[in-house]
Amino acid sequence: MSVSPQPPAIQVRDMHFHYGPTCALKALTLDVAERQVTAFIGPSGCGKSTLLRCFNRMNDEIPGARVTQGSIHIGGIDIQDRSVDVVKLRREVGMVFQKSNPFPRSIFDNVAFGLQLHRMASRSILVQAVEEALVSAALWDEVKDRLHESALGLSGGQQQRLCIARSLAVKPRIILMDEPCSALDPIATAKVEDLIRTLRQQYTIIIVTHSMQQAARVSDHTAFFYLGELIEFSGTLKLFSNPAHKLTEDYLRGTFG
Amino acid sequence: MHDPETLIRKGLPKGHFKDLAVRLMLGITTYCIVIIAALLFFKIIKDGVPVLFTAKAPFVDLGFLLDKNETLHVFDDAQGLRHQLPASQYSDYIKSHGEAPIYNEQTFSYSGGGIIGPIVGTALLTIGSMVLALFFGVSAAIYLSEYAKQSPFIHAVRIAILNLAGIPSIVFGLFGFSVFVLAVPVITSTPSDRSLLTLPLFIGDAVLSFQGWNSSLIAGCATLACMILPVIITASEESLRAVPQGFRDASLAMGATRWQTIRTCVLPFSMPGILTSSLLAITRVAGETAPIMFTAAVAAKDDLPWQALANPFDLLSSQVQALPYHIYTLAARIPASEYTQRAQYGSVFVFLILVATLSFGSMLLRAKLRAKLKW
Repeated sequence: MSVSPQPPAIQVRDMHFHYGPTCALKALTLDVAERQVTAFIGPSGCGKSTLLRCFNRMNDEIPGARVTQGSIHIGGIDIQDRSVDVVKLRREVGMVFQKSNPFPRSIFDNVAFGLQLHRMASRSILVQAVEEALVSAALWDEVKDRLHESALGLSGGQQQRLCIARSLAVKPRIILMDEPCSALDPIATAKVEDLIRTLRQQYTIIIVTHSMQQAARVSDHTAFFYLGELIEFSGTLKLFSNPAHKLTEDYLRGTFG
Repeated sequence: MHDPETLIRKGLPKGHFKDLAVRLMLGITTYCIVIIAALLFFKIIKDGVPVLFTAKAPFVDLGFLLDKNETLHVFDDAQGLRHQLPASQYSDYIKSHGEAPIYNEQTFSYSGGGIIGPIVGTALLTIGSMVLALFFGVSAAIYLSEYAKQSPFIHAVRIAILNLAGIPSIVFGLFGFSVFVLAVPVITSTPSDRSLLTLPLFIGDAVLSFQGWNSSLIAGCATLACMILPVIITASEESLRAVPQGFRDASLAMGATRWQTIRTCVLPFSMPGILTSSLLAITRVAGETAPIMFTAAVAAKDDLPWQALANPFDLLSSQVQALPYHIYTLAARIPASEYTQRAQYGSVFVFLILVATLSFGSMLLRAKLRAKLKW
């Protein structure tokens, strides 16, 4: 994979991360390319989700969790800095969770949540924005006739795409996906993967996944983590066809993990 | 070696009679409880229904519900006819009958007229204490479950709150008396003689006087709120915790602040649980006698709480009658006789109906909220 012409969306430099006394991430340095899909793979507990949650500072919510060294820059700004407005950061960096978590409200209200929260839209624009978000999340055709029914009436895959629509509505630049398909069946997974490939044209996407096939299918770059360290990070094709590291090769072959 | 004949014995198994005996005993205990409850309700309904309901329209004795308390006068007239008249009608009778002699006169305090005083008193006490308890209780629950770090200190706070729930209500009554009635600070220009401490405020002649709120509606509400706080805090915290973490995560990840998250994604969904706890609290608050007997309640009062007030805020500092205290007064203070029964069982019956209505209303509200906000 050639060097992307744009500056990287996220720059991580020599970052260390601790949960209390436990070191979760060690001396991490990586660049996440703008408007590309980057996959994080690795066995459970390797720190890939922790890293993901560093990018929108969701780790702030966990007592004792902190970056102890190094820096993370998004759009040229050190997001660990005290002066950074977490609210604005999280508007720029959306997140989709492993377990789809729509609010038990109407489909419309779910998508409108972020816009109303930030008072970003008047009522008339809101309707427009909700439609746009649902269209982008490839859900509009399925739900346009029942926007005011409960989101819990949707299927699992639809719920997850609704959550994607919800984060798209506030127009982030980066979308973090924490194992978005782990609770979905293959058909719903295929739909979400199609969606990821479409969104790639407009958004920088980072996806944490346990499925190596999924990483191979959707991502441009893949990072392999093991025990809190970044073992290998390169173009997806290269990493899967010709891993530089013995550990990566073993993991891909299923020898461990 | 066992031979099959002894293994599969004919007839009853070995422990059969013991099992039967245990079953019988447990059954009898259970039905004893049912019988006691049934007798209790039967007694109250049997003696209460004739007081409250009448044979002709409007089928309810509105006088009993809407009239004030009076002393009941019982006497025989010259023809040997027995009269039972509340004080106001008694004086009319005496006036209109002039010199006609009456015999065997007896008086029973609080047994004539109606019970509007205790009804509105209990309503005011319940509303006031629930407002206080919900405000402080839900605030504390939100702090404990959403903001506080789970440190040993917070754990100790939680245990202290739980222990508070086990304190007998009379202790809360005494606590309320010594704190709210006698000691809390008030701003006044004429501090009372028994003020514990007065501090100058340098605004006119006002001083901050630690003299308490006297026996008053507000002191009673505060005491009842203290009593019920642990129940509300514990139950509210539990229902806050029952809201899936995913809602909070989703909201926070959208850039909502803590408080926005709580307001839009946590509190609405814990409302049914908080309501359930308040429902239990309401019935307890309405029914307690001990916490209000030193802090708010009076046996007799000529005016309703909001009548004869210099300004509306005096409502808070006026004393009130209350149903449970009224029942206590009727039962304990005057010799029981057939003439006091009407007031006693009428009050108990009305009280039961009120509590049952409150419970039922809260249950409906909760069911409605649950249906709307389930996940």
